[in-house]
Amino acid sequence: MTVLLVALGAAVGAPLRYLTDRAVQSRHDSVFPWGTLTVNVGGSLVLGFLVGLPAGQAVSALLGTGFCGALTTYSTFSYETLRLPRLLAVANVAVSVLAGLGAAYLGILLAAAIS
Amino acid sequence: MPDSPFSALHAPGDRAEPQPSLVPVLAAISAGGVLGALARHRMSTAWPHDPAGFPWATWTVNVSGCFLIGVLMVLITSRWPDRRLIRPFLGVGLLGGYTTFSTSVVDVQQAVAHGAPGVALLYLGATVVGALVAVWAGTELTSAVVRTR
Repeated sequence: MTVLLVALGAAVGAPLRYLTDRAVQSRHDSVFPWGTLTVNVGGSLVLGFLVGLPAGQAVSALLGTGFCGALTTYSTFSYETLRLPRLLAVANVAVSVLAGLGAAYLGILLAAAIS
Repeated sequence: MPDSPFSALHAPGDRAEPQPSLVPVLAAISAGGVLGALARHRMSTAWPHDPAGFPWATWTVNVSGCFLIGVLMVLITSRWPDRRLIRPFLGVGLLGGYTTFSTSVVDVQQAVAHGAPGVALLYLGATVVGALVAVWAGTELTSAVVRTR
């Protein structure tokens, strides 16, 4: 059952990452990977919220491991970082990590506030 | 009427688009994402970690996925430039669904919350550095192999 929920979440999360990236990247002209940053920070916010509740096993499998896991990506993040000019690469790592951590903490705070 | 909201309905038949239509691409990404996420899930259940300990499963997933994206992107450019669903399926889908940014970030938060800020910092640094080195290594190794063939 857990495996099915992970699969279901990922089946939605992965294409949503692609669509979000396309939508964000078509709205600016810079080389900076704002699209990947958006999905990674958004997914960190949602996962932080789920961990903060804390969500049950089924919801964690569906939305945490499946959806957030597939919505966010480390492979594309690293690949895009290496293709950037050095200063932007450093900025991408710093902004992604700090904004991702900030989003996770914010998600936890939001969960605490409503529960 | 390129600006008509219905113009998408006529694609791709009456528009010469170099890209495949969105549906097969999304299906390939979704299928790859499911396989990748299941592999990651299998790793994390086979290799559980204490909240204050080093999250080896997620670290290994992210670093190995980064190595493989390096390998894949060289192969796509050099060997499979015309296979339009390979990158959506293997790159965006499989490796994107396999690796995860959100879990790596929440792992850091959890280690801090469980009184192990040193582990959190070490894990954070090891993931960032490991991931970047892995993409580089995958790219360089595959480029070297491709050149000799």
